[in-house]
Amino acid sequence: MTWEPVIGLEIHVQLKTRTKMFCRCPVGFGAPENAQTCPVCLGFPGALPVPNRTAIEWVVKLGLALGCEIAPRAVFARKNYFYPDLPKGYQISQYDLPSCTDGKMVVPLQDGEHVVGIVRAHLEEDAAKNVHVGGRTGRIGGADYTLVDYNRGGTPLVEIVTAPDIHSAEAAKRFLQLLRQTIVELGISDAEMEKGTLRVDANVSVRPAGSDELRTRCEIKNMNSFTHIARGIDAEVERQVAVWESGAEVEQHTYDFDIGSGALTARRTKEEADDYRYFPEPDLVPVEPPSELVERLRGELPELPATRIARVATAIEHERALVLVTGGLDALWEATVAAGAEPVAASNVIANQLVAGGADPAAVDPGELARLVEARERIPRAALTEALAKVGEPGFSADPYLAQETVSDAGSLEPVVDAILAANPAQVEQFRSGKEGLLGFFVGQVMKETKGQADPRTVSELVRAKLSA
Amino acid sequence: MTAVVDTLRLTAEDAIALVERGEVSPAELHAAYLGAIGEHDGELHAFLRTVEHDDGTSIPIALKDVISTRGIATTAGSRMLEHYVPVFDATVTRRCRDAGLSILGKTNTDEFAMGSSTENSAFGPSRNPWDPERVPGGSGGGTAAAVSAGLAPWGLGSDTGGSIKQPSALCGNVGLRPTYGTVSRYGIVAFASSLDQVGPVAKNVRDVALLYRIVSGRDPADSTTVELPETVVLPVAERLDGLRIGVPRQAMALEAIEPGVRASFDAALALAEELGAEVDECELPLSFDYGMPCYYLIAPAEASSNLARYDGVRYGLRGEGETYRAMVERTRDDGFGDEPKRRIMLGTYALSAGYYDAYYGQAQRVRTLLVREHAAAFERFDMLATPTSPTVAFPVGDKAADPLAMYACDLLTIPSCLAGLPGLNVPCGLSEGLPVGLQLIGPQFGENALFRAGHALEQALALDLVPERLR
Repeated sequence: MTWEPVIGLEIHVQLKTRTKMFCRCPVGFGAPENAQTCPVCLGFPGALPVPNRTAIEWVVKLGLALGCEIAPRAVFARKNYFYPDLPKGYQISQYDLPSCTDGKMVVPLQDGEHVVGIVRAHLEEDAAKNVHVGGRTGRIGGADYTLVDYNRGGTPLVEIVTAPDIHSAEAAKRFLQLLRQTIVELGISDAEMEKGTLRVDANVSVRPAGSDELRTRCEIKNMNSFTHIARGIDAEVERQVAVWESGAEVEQHTYDFDIGSGALTARRTKEEADDYRYFPEPDLVPVEPPSELVERLRGELPELPATRIARVATAIEHERALVLVTGGLDALWEATVAAGAEPVAASNVIANQLVAGGADPAAVDPGELARLVEARERIPRAALTEALAKVGEPGFSADPYLAQETVSDAGSLEPVVDAILAANPAQVEQFRSGKEGLLGFFVGQVMKETKGQADPRTVSELVRAKLSA
Repeated sequence: MTAVVDTLRLTAEDAIALVERGEVSPAELHAAYLGAIGEHDGELHAFLRTVEHDDGTSIPIALKDVISTRGIATTAGSRMLEHYVPVFDATVTRRCRDAGLSILGKTNTDEFAMGSSTENSAFGPSRNPWDPERVPGGSGGGTAAAVSAGLAPWGLGSDTGGSIKQPSALCGNVGLRPTYGTVSRYGIVAFASSLDQVGPVAKNVRDVALLYRIVSGRDPADSTTVELPETVVLPVAERLDGLRIGVPRQAMALEAIEPGVRASFDAALALAEELGAEVDECELPLSFDYGMPCYYLIAPAEASSNLARYDGVRYGLRGEGETYRAMVERTRDDGFGDEPKRRIMLGTYALSAGYYDAYYGQAQRVRTLLVREHAAAFERFDMLATPTSPTVAFPVGDKAADPLAMYACDLLTIPSCLAGLPGLNVPCGLSEGLPVGLQLIGPQFGENALFRAGHALEQALALDLVPERLR
């Protein structure tokens, strides 16, 4: 039987507002522990929350970018539970009336466009940070003691919940890349997984291909890069398929994905089910964004990454378009092509050499870059590399680089090739006995000897001719 | 008396005039009240702590111990917060300070303002100045007893279901529970957020209006506050011509109302008619049938969440425990008295999955009906009147073992609290030698009208509200 994965994602995005969700403490990393706190975010008796206007505007902005309905009346609710990182004994979140509902994101994949439903996007406050000291589990249960840093507590978070519309780990990764780029371009978050400003949990189940049933799902947590998410999903799909095929049933569990071993570890089952006793937060009034505000924000939306991928993919291959857009490189590519560069060559140079050289894409003069793309095979490789590293500098001109010529006359290259071959008899022997991959080694040695001035193609032909002689 | 002033009879307005004329300094006045406290508070236990010196430039004020005072312990009458000293002032504290008032001390309260007698205070009950064998009411019994005994010219209380009005009735002074949202709750130790309101307690209506003027108005730190639609006017009215007063038939049908209370109330209404008011029966059937059960779902539900922050992690009491859970459980078991525990359990149950719709959800729907029922009554009437408390002050210990009997103290005050409406207690007579209070309920933002009516009645009644035993 073939099995189809069914995947839904739950994404938390930390907003980069200047201040916290319900108080005026600054948001940010690097301050000494508990320095960015006040009576409100420490939950002192009598302290009251006041919502951050910017955060409310930003969730509306994100909702609009995700094609959501914007609730004319959203309601904050209390989610009640005890944990040391939760100073009030409840988290202020949104429950039955979230700010954004019923959106979708179109993910252009190679086999066509996939639509991923957005069930909801809502605002809430982040918890503080617990550091469990001692014990082996890294969890509060086995720890000797726990330190709490409340600096993060109260940071605005948006929680985005997708429909179970994703059917492969690869598609999940593509969706997340696109979502992340959208968030970054809206300017509402840095959305960096390694910093924890973007966090993803995946709900995974499998079903016989062609069926539309929904089987028991498991949640995977603790994945800190898109690649790990894809690996975690693959591992969980494989596990579930094995369970079903053995005749057993998948049981609902939460798993931690171990990045090192790739193993999934089930979290200890709780004795009692969670009952968060949600109720409307009486300290806050409903969020009622005026329609003029919603329309103004709608008007301010930039052209979204998904639209741009579709457009770029009409000129170059889809994968390359996705790389350019999710890398924030497509604007430069378009300008470079408009300045006369060949589209595919421009995408290769930008996505590979330019990025590797560390130039800031936003500072690059597309006209100069187009000239470099055009001359990329004519000028020495070293010159191209150097030029691409500097193309973002103010006042950069391609002229001095374009003036350089590669050394391509066999006469001046032959002595160098001979010397390299003579110096590496063992590799020569291996090449002759069939290890043709060593060609690159010899070319590389010659390029090094000529300080990048030689034309690689001429060198390659020379080496091949001499060795097969 | 050798003191500079006779604190027993001095109104806040007169005290301010004394200070302004330079006849007494703020420090002398502060000291005079401390002297009175020294003399009587051993018996009354109205204060949990006093402040020796304060830089105020006007007269002193007593604050219920749920109101945060920077640098002065604020315990909410609980072991949980016995040693908790706020690092910030409540907005109302700040406004009092800005008006030049000196903080005289913090007054006793039922634990977390849960109770109707102050017997639930972890630090022992307060006593009624009219008869120390009796309770002063609650939860704001400390402030009410202090004002009536001349231990403070005025004070601030907090009212969730009657905690300002009922003690004022039992001690014989004037107390206002303002329209929900007109006074900031920032810095008030929360009991039930959608019901809690801070309000003034004083010897007469003008003082109450003056203090309301000082503390009211929108506060950016409390999202539920609004600006007053009109400024507070100190009342001068002596007549009630044309005032339409509705008396809810269902309230007066309650058997719990003592005959002496009923007689006093009826006499006051007859006087109101002499002053030109039109008094008629009105209907509030849902409010008196469902107000109480509705309140005892909503208030405990919110309390169960508001009291979750007392976990021993950051401030207040911390119990010993091998694990986080054990520590939290020990802290909460040791820190909370029976009444908070009872309400936390009630509220947790009412919010639980599977019960939410039947309990909390249903209570919120009923609350909406009560709001509408009151709004309908105000189409015919300018204000409503009932006795504030069905009984006069009862003996200490009388209801302590019977929570339902204690809850019944607030039968008459609860419905308008649920509707978010302002209510004023005005003393209207004595029964068995103890004060009886009249409750006037106004429409939203109807405080000025309540002040005018209360003042006219107060003038016409001309009661001596100094407890007989202190005269």
